[in-house]
Amino acid sequence: MVGFQKWRRSESAQGLFLISPTLCFALLLLAVPLVMVAALSFWTQDYLTLDRTFTTANYVTAWTEPMYQYLMARSLKISIFVTVATVFLAYPVAYFISFHVAPKRKAMWIFLITIPFWTSYLMRIFLWKVILGYNGVVNGSLMGLGVIEQPLSFILYNQNAVVLTLAHAWVPFAILPIFVALERVDRSLIEAAEDLGDSRLRRFLRVTLPLSMPGVIAATIIVFIPTIGDYVTPRLVGGPNGLMISNMIELQFKKANNAPLGAALAISAMGIVTFFALVFLWMNRKYVRGPS
Amino acid sequence: MTLPIIRLSGLDKFYGEFQALSQINLDIKTGEFFSLLGPSGCGKTTLLRAIAGFETLSSGSLQIDGLSMEGVPANKRPTNMVFQSYAIFPHMSVAENVAYGLKARKLPKVEIKARVAEAIDMVGLQGFDERASHALSGGQRQRVALARALVLKPRVLLLDEPLSALDKKLREQMQSELRRLQRAVGITFVLVTHDQEEALTMSDRIAVMFDGKIAQVASPQILYGKPSTRKVAAFIGMMNFLDAKVLAASGDNVEVEVQSLGKLTLSLEQATGGLNGCDSVGVRPEMLTILTGSQTSEREIEAEVTEVSYYGDMTYYDVKFPSKEDPITVTMRNTAGREVLEVGAKARVGWSTSSLLLLK
Repeated sequence: MVGFQKWRRSESAQGLFLISPTLCFALLLLAVPLVMVAALSFWTQDYLTLDRTFTTANYVTAWTEPMYQYLMARSLKISIFVTVATVFLAYPVAYFISFHVAPKRKAMWIFLITIPFWTSYLMRIFLWKVILGYNGVVNGSLMGLGVIEQPLSFILYNQNAVVLTLAHAWVPFAILPIFVALERVDRSLIEAAEDLGDSRLRRFLRVTLPLSMPGVIAATIIVFIPTIGDYVTPRLVGGPNGLMISNMIELQFKKANNAPLGAALAISAMGIVTFFALVFLWMNRKYVRGPS
Repeated sequence: MTLPIIRLSGLDKFYGEFQALSQINLDIKTGEFFSLLGPSGCGKTTLLRAIAGFETLSSGSLQIDGLSMEGVPANKRPTNMVFQSYAIFPHMSVAENVAYGLKARKLPKVEIKARVAEAIDMVGLQGFDERASHALSGGQRQRVALARALVLKPRVLLLDEPLSALDKKLREQMQSELRRLQRAVGITFVLVTHDQEEALTMSDRIAVMFDGKIAQVASPQILYGKPSTRKVAAFIGMMNFLDAKVLAASGDNVEVEVQSLGKLTLSLEQATGGLNGCDSVGVRPEMLTILTGSQTSEREIEAEVTEVSYYGDMTYYDVKFPSKEDPITVTMRNTAGREVLEVGAKARVGWSTSSLLLLK
């Protein structure tokens, strides 16, 4: 009892009390469901009842069935495309704000970048449908200008549309970490590189880019992890060829009435995401050094 | 006489309405240790950055080694800089930092390796080659910055307050080391500093700057002994000022009426900045003596001690002259047997006419 009294007044105990509301929330709504899904993945669906004997059959199916392999690969591919496109689009914007916007205007520029969030994500996807659709803005304009005779069909209900919509949605999230990393680059380092003889491009490649890599990697993680599991966007603009693994997980839980297989697919996807996240973290460690 | 390595003529720099540099005319000789000295905001760093190529001139011309630097970017100039923050690349080791400029010049690997090793040796960082730059102390970082610039064998090395971030002891050590390095490599050094002592001990010549203008360019001895204006005199070391009025000038002699000291005849040479507009007389504290016992001096004046600061080897006295409000500072070396006076004591202050300067 004395030991408990002493512990209660320690710093670690006070820290624990401080975070306890969040901790309870996280345990209840993240950890518990996760454990349930994990458990489910080792069981078998027997029409309306669950057979609770331990089996790895779901994982065997998830990793060997060509359809699931294919969907997993497609999800990875789309999400890599989205990530690459997002980071490439975000870097110049972040660079511009950090290096070419007057310091007192930077806050306003960052604020402007958040404007898309004022509309709901679903609304933005529907807007892309309006823009890219058969009778949409793009096709209408191009036909009106006489550039094309027939509406373009490759711009909606396929993987391109998924990449485009997701990239648009995630660019602001990528701009912010890259901007923060660029802001932290000591400008005298860039002057030093110039002084030592480097041209504009070379000093970007040798100083600015390596020093902003932590931001680039953070942006990559922030975009890659959620997009691989996104299922609203492929559902709405992906068409039959744009579906991703999460759509299949949803299908298994609902229509196919095979929750254990869905759970196994979900856990497998999580494993793959974790693997990639660890790779990014390892890369980040290479760039993140102690305070200079 | 050899050509100046840097020639600045009619140089102006404006930031909007604010004039940071105005009509700078200056020649810096090849191989000298030159200092730009002035209070913060006087434009000395702007001038250094203009030489390096980081500031564009509003008007005037800048020549380095006889070539106009107009339109020449910093990476194409024969100058290298040691930044105030040292600007050591945090993602590179010591050796990579030093090799940076050599790699930019695309030299062969073998040569880079040899020159990097030589430069690291020169600044006394042997064995630190692979050390990550964030694991270096302030003094070591400065050595890396020096090696990184000197390895390129620039015509001019620019140093932007390189010692201001170091503690006193290390600063004094680096002062003599910089001087030694400069003699060893024979490269022209241009140092920016606000520390007059640093400028005096290190430089061959010093330019004193106020408000974007150069007030005086001279060797340390001349700058200290014969400052051209009251402002320079006050900035370099300590100086006591007394109001003065020029009564007449004939030939080599000037007659002046000086506060507390009375009517005097000075030599024209003592008006270091010319006779026009002179309204005060300056005298260094060490040129005054507090006379004891039977000691005598060329001239004497009765004064009262108002403040005593004891520094061990020296004692600084503030004394009050008759008919002068502000105290006069007198520094005395505490030689054997010399008594330290107390506040309120009467003192006989000895002085000589030749130690006075007529200033405007």
